[in-house]
Amino acid sequence: MNIEELEQIAESVRLENAKYDYEVNVCMDLACASQGAGPLRDELVKAAEKSGKKVLVRRTGCMGPCSSGPLVRVDPEETLYHHVHANHAEAIVASLGDGPVPALQCDLNEHFDKQVRVVLENAGYIDPEKIDDYIACDGYKALLTALTEMSPNTVIQQITDSGLRGRGGGGYPTGLKWGTVAKAGGDLKYVICNGDEGDPGAFMDRSVMEGDPHRVIEGMAIAAYAVGASKGYIYVRAEYPVAVARLTAGLRDARRRGLLGNGICGTTFNFDIEIRLGAGAFVCGEETALIASIEGKRGTPKPRPPYPAVSGLWGKPTLINNVETYANIAPIIRKGGKWFANMGSERSKGTKVFALTGKITNTGLVEVPMGIKLREIIEVIGGGVPGGHTFKAVQTGGPSGGCIPAEMFDTPVDYETLAQLGSIMGSGGMIVMDDTSCMVNVARFFIEFCMTESCGKCIPCRAGTAQMFTLLTRICNGGGTLDDLELLEDLCATVKEASLCGLGQTAPNPVLSTLKYFRNEYIEHIVHKRCPAGVCNIEAAVPEVQAEVLA
Amino acid sequence: MSEPVGVKTLQINGEEVSARSGQTILEVAREHDIDIPTLCHLEGLSDVGACRLCLVEIKGSNKLLPACVTTVFEGMEVSTHTERLQKHRHMILELLFAERNHVCSVCVANGHCELQSLAQDQGLTHISLPYRNPELTVDASLERFTVDHNRCILCTRCVRVCAEIEGAHVWDVMGRGINSTVITDLNDPWGSSSCTRCGKCVQVCPTGALFDKSKVGSDHPKYPDFLPYLNLMREAR
Repeated sequence: MNIEELEQIAESVRLENAKYDYEVNVCMDLACASQGAGPLRDELVKAAEKSGKKVLVRRTGCMGPCSSGPLVRVDPEETLYHHVHANHAEAIVASLGDGPVPALQCDLNEHFDKQVRVVLENAGYIDPEKIDDYIACDGYKALLTALTEMSPNTVIQQITDSGLRGRGGGGYPTGLKWGTVAKAGGDLKYVICNGDEGDPGAFMDRSVMEGDPHRVIEGMAIAAYAVGASKGYIYVRAEYPVAVARLTAGLRDARRRGLLGNGICGTTFNFDIEIRLGAGAFVCGEETALIASIEGKRGTPKPRPPYPAVSGLWGKPTLINNVETYANIAPIIRKGGKWFANMGSERSKGTKVFALTGKITNTGLVEVPMGIKLREIIEVIGGGVPGGHTFKAVQTGGPSGGCIPAEMFDTPVDYETLAQLGSIMGSGGMIVMDDTSCMVNVARFFIEFCMTESCGKCIPCRAGTAQMFTLLTRICNGGGTLDDLELLEDLCATVKEASLCGLGQTAPNPVLSTLKYFRNEYIEHIVHKRCPAGVCNIEAAVPEVQAEVLA
Repeated sequence: MSEPVGVKTLQINGEEVSARSGQTILEVAREHDIDIPTLCHLEGLSDVGACRLCLVEIKGSNKLLPACVTTVFEGMEVSTHTERLQKHRHMILELLFAERNHVCSVCVANGHCELQSLAQDQGLTHISLPYRNPELTVDASLERFTVDHNRCILCTRCVRVCAEIEGAHVWDVMGRGINSTVITDLNDPWGSSSCTRCGKCVQVCPTGALFDKSKVGSDHPKYPDFLPYLNLMREAR
């Protein structure tokens, strides 16, 4: 395989597509599939055959606004239809060449206008199980360019210039990480893709793996070339069966095309990837625990240093990046680090994919340039809060993040500002809450999650999160005291500072941020035995003892 | 070929000390009679950095680092007993006491318990956290030893001594988070497990969780000091 052959494949795909007058793209991502995209696609195929028109019905990955699913986009007009059902198939096919079907058309121009698609550029446009579709969209061009025209150092330099930072949440500069692994000694090195997305309400990585698996594979191959690794692992949770299937198919096709394996593209570069399934432990998203899990051990973290870049999988230097980080690599190599660095804010470059969920009109996947204001994401792209309710807060970063109150919606979204507000960028979950959410109860929910997902190795996280859960439950039930609040803060300090890994160190964030911005709600629960949002059932017997303490 | 041993100089609590490169802060501190509390650490076993009692502050780093696994570097400035650290140690011990059922007065290890002596050293007089009082089991199915999970602090010394020194790997950890528990084999009764009955786990257990049935009352001293000696003898062979 060389660039010319790649170009030939792309050309043949284009010629094949040119035989059709219309392309009907059906989003087959999990959200749309669960709303009936499968039967819809079958009906569309049947209707297309019956009509005699030259129509290509294509299944694609996630188009974005999942709450409007199942989604269908008709090209070349780029008409987007929402809430499409199988019985609409004939109407859609009949309308081709004749103007759109007004009843199904959705007006999400504002939703899409504010977005910049880099990671998701192909999602919704290609068939994720067809490697040739990916190649037709400049796929694997970056890998071949890197292998034949760039030295590993030049590749790393491009990544450094791009200013790309780890998309798993930590925000560590990717170029620096690659450089460290490249400099590490030894002839055996590994690259790992962290696809163990476990935050409640987050599905960015799943959509990338399902909608554009080759992008991840190509990113990993480029990384392996840059750092000198010959073996890669994709660690993906078994709860993502479609992602696993797409990646498996993707790896098979890439091997067949000679894009993985020995002597890739006639060079001396050897690289192959294996998939490892996670059993659903949230802590296995932590890199040392993930490595232990790949090694077949109990998924518990280890103290760092030594960092995986020096001593990782089986004690060898290991590069470990998140799915979205790898998905950014190919466009950076194709278009240059400077192109990427032009997007975003001062210290956070490029774009970020967010999974918008909660009390918001357009739930789904969005990709925005870094530095965009939270308000724009929520009010313009997200379409605001439904049902006449008012915004209260947005929770970013999942159980490791914090709640940002509505007053601060004008802050730009980047690693630093989110951290200043007591939250984190995280992997990209964004849960919107309105006046029907009780912030004490929200804190309790996330602490319960951390408590059950703690591995139990270190004491602060194991016992600390359990104690915090007890205290928060007591407060929610109206049995809390002001002393409990103080104790809760002391616990937060110890769990945050003394825990072994990121899970424990960030577990108190939801509690700390709600205490900071919504302390009055805690006080209402404790002193006035009242839940302002009406979520907690306080009437259920407040012990008299507690009343005495307060008196 | 081993690397030449370098000498590093560093400060612990303002005191200038020297160390060999590759040594941990804990080793250096103990050589210089600076007491850093530990629970999961035991000389002769690998370190896991799990109990977090040995956390120290290092100038220039915001993070607290475990002294048992952090190696020294030239010019390092370590503080081992700041107010912040003592507060966390206090809280960690409180968390342990509230986690399971630690009742010293009826414990076989009373007076010989590392958790108890640490609490005394730290001046822990009462527990402000709510006791969890879990219902846990006691496994006395082995003829010589008993495991009382009520007193286990999950330091995993038994797991490590069994795997690393005895080579049997009978002990391991089951479950997650607050529900973690040490088990023998695949959660089989200890008496019908593949245990070699060597008793090393009992000697290294810092509390009364693992104890010898032949001893009565609270006269139950432990002798974990055999480990470094055993390792030394093995290396000499």
